[in-house]
Amino acid sequence: MDVGTLVQVLDSTLRLATPLLFACLAGLISERAGVFDIGLEGKMLVAAFMAASIAFVTGNVWLGVLSAIAVSVAMSLVHGVAAITFRGNQLISGVAINFLAAGITVVIAQNWFRQGGRTPSLTGDARMGRIDLPFAEAVRDVPVLGPIYHGILSGHALLVYVAFLCVPLTWYMLTRTRFGLRLRAVGENPAAVDTAGVSVIGLRFAAVAICGVLCGLAGAYLSTGLSAGFVKDMTAGRGFIALAAMIFAKWRPWHALGAVLLFGLLEALANRFQNIDFFGLAVPVQAMQALPYILTVVILAGFVGKAIPPRAGGTAYVKEH
Amino acid sequence: MITAKTAYVLHSDQGMTHPATEPMRQGTAASSPFAIELRGISKAFGPVQANKDISIRVRRGTIHGIVGENGAGKSTLMSILYGFYRADSGEIVINGNHTEIPDSLSAIRAGVGMVFQHFKLVENFTVLENVILGAEAGGLLRPSLAKARGLLKDLAREFELNVDPDALIENLSVGHQQRVEILKALYREADILILDEPTGVLTPSEADHLFRILRGLKEQGKTIVLITHKLREIMDVTDEVSVMRRGEMVATRVTSQTSPTELAELMVGRKVLLRVEKPPASPGDEILRVEGLRLVDAQGVERLRGLDFNIRAGEILGIAGVAGNGQSELLEVLAGLRPADGKAWVRGAPLPLSGAGSDAQSRRALRIAHVPEDRHRRGLVLNFHAWENTALGYHHDPAYNPTRWKMDNAAIIRDTESKMAAFDVRPPDPQLKASGFSGGNQQKIVLAREIEHGPDVLLVGQPTRGVDIGAIEFIHQRLIRLRDAGAAILLVSVELDEILALSDRVLVMFDGRIMGERMPDKTNAQELGLLMAGMA
Repeated sequence: MDVGTLVQVLDSTLRLATPLLFACLAGLISERAGVFDIGLEGKMLVAAFMAASIAFVTGNVWLGVLSAIAVSVAMSLVHGVAAITFRGNQLISGVAINFLAAGITVVIAQNWFRQGGRTPSLTGDARMGRIDLPFAEAVRDVPVLGPIYHGILSGHALLVYVAFLCVPLTWYMLTRTRFGLRLRAVGENPAAVDTAGVSVIGLRFAAVAICGVLCGLAGAYLSTGLSAGFVKDMTAGRGFIALAAMIFAKWRPWHALGAVLLFGLLEALANRFQNIDFFGLAVPVQAMQALPYILTVVILAGFVGKAIPPRAGGTAYVKEH
Repeated sequence: MITAKTAYVLHSDQGMTHPATEPMRQGTAASSPFAIELRGISKAFGPVQANKDISIRVRRGTIHGIVGENGAGKSTLMSILYGFYRADSGEIVINGNHTEIPDSLSAIRAGVGMVFQHFKLVENFTVLENVILGAEAGGLLRPSLAKARGLLKDLAREFELNVDPDALIENLSVGHQQRVEILKALYREADILILDEPTGVLTPSEADHLFRILRGLKEQGKTIVLITHKLREIMDVTDEVSVMRRGEMVATRVTSQTSPTELAELMVGRKVLLRVEKPPASPGDEILRVEGLRLVDAQGVERLRGLDFNIRAGEILGIAGVAGNGQSELLEVLAGLRPADGKAWVRGAPLPLSGAGSDAQSRRALRIAHVPEDRHRRGLVLNFHAWENTALGYHHDPAYNPTRWKMDNAAIIRDTESKMAAFDVRPPDPQLKASGFSGGNQQKIVLAREIEHGPDVLLVGQPTRGVDIGAIEFIHQRLIRLRDAGAAILLVSVELDEILALSDRVLVMFDGRIMGERMPDKTNAQELGLLMAGMA
């Protein structure tokens, strides 16, 4: 593999890791507050559709992003009402959101655009522009620094940088702020929060809403940054891969970054090397494309060692002594 | 009377005052001698009336006990004061001011702190993090933690509340976790501290330490409410005591002018024998004989090191000892829950201790019944209805299962109703889940199941652990009645009083061996204590 190819692969790793990173942090915040969310996939899908549709209609990608966030948060709150207020089963609520998203996006897309359940291709301002980091051109030909800074780090959409900035922000929020302390506490022992005079329901809804915002960003980037439009089922299981990454990272933000970069790298490799000659044996393209999913299975099968989820995760809070 | 002044000094150098609470507490402290007045509090959970029109007054700067049997409504009442539950009706007056307490935050602002029976701590947080949770000084943690660290140091010095502020809760002993709960309340400037059954989980020396802390807090002018069902604690530390029975407040007494006997009668609503009446035993034939019983556990440790004993019909054999010296294993082996080496006979017929015929079902077929030490894990399925629990282990009984494949649920329910009546289980509702009964009533359900089938041998472990006074008396009487009906009873208990009160002979176990046999009327707690410590 020459340097040019390596730079290309790493460059695309960052882009492919971005929606995973948003979704992974979304799930992480929700689950640290004790609300399991397997509806990340559905929220991303709806957000991707909404972003592409509004961006196409208005010609402004940022209006698309805002509406993606709005619709994703709305679905999060549906999950919140079901799981927190009415103490419903959190997994079933998440599954329902995934089904709803898979169906409703295609139906509405067909009704609006008549292109077989997709949105028209986005061009110009309806797509996310790339940002060149300062001095990127200047260091282009400097050895080592050039390929890394210009080739890999520079030239991505704004949301890529936002996603990576979210890692330290999430870490800081969780470990250094009052909100983070309470959020973690409500995921571990909501009774401690309740008896300390803080609203369990309020905290959990806040966490679910943040989860919605991040899923909205994940979906918007998917359809307006990574691709140029929405197609049916375009999330392709990324919401579940993000969940696997979250478990792999044991619900810790910095580790989540590492996990999604690993998944992003695998996906980038699969895209770049469609046919590999492995000691005379031709590895079919499907095997490469399946790699991220195989890794997901391996991780979820428990090869990560002991992953202790938040203790009150998945259960609604009911007062008792 | 101690004024609020001393209490204020405690925190003044730290500047630890919530702005919202300050005006409320100023000036009113002297206007009423009562820290707490509850008037006409009622609270129902569905059909269960937990509190009925309860009024109580607690003097400032005193330790006030609230006693009552399990399920009398003590915890509910105090949880209402702490805003954990909302009363259906009634009013709360704190330091002479009418106070609405819709949630815990309001209670904290009114200066009320509560240490729940089951601690409300975040297990994988540090002590400091738990203390500041919900009472942080600002949006960022660092200043809050620093402030709490300083204050904790002062409180530790003042009240013997030493805890490592950076320790994780899950690594602390129960006694230390309880200190963290007290520190949480003091950090929030509680003037009124409620403790719900604080000694249930403590060792005797930890309990003594707790009472020293409480006396220290009282000297600082704090008002303390102590919920318990242990009369000895009430007599030791309280100034006044209120008695609750079945959701109602029945009496308030000055502690120095009452007695455990009077309190027990008020709690139960009738005369209570703190000491059981036991006619002399008239033992008959040998029923159970054990020789050379040995048990090696999975770690290769010998837990039973060759036990020899027998029990005759109409006799209670008590096994005394500090928990963990092989008593539990002895029960498990005899009940058929784990295989062991050695020989045993029932009514002269060999009883296999391992291999075929050594399982629990075969033991039941031989009329050997077992009341396990841990009724939650082994005695009951908490999530099952009372009637389902009544059939457990006897599900092959033709009365319950006439066709060998279809249970006659109606018959089980009818039988459960009669057992509940015979054992005075409250509420006598076969459809209630086992988890919905108090500890004493759960134990009665287990005992009714095992005793009513008329066993020849009853193996019973810790029959009155976590059981209230009225139920203890009842259970003891039932065991003696079963003995007088000719059963051989093996009683394992860590309560020496219970062993001495019930047994006809006492064996003391230490480190898997029998240290000696004594007659209860010819020995005393001191002698048995030495044997229990392995000093023969």
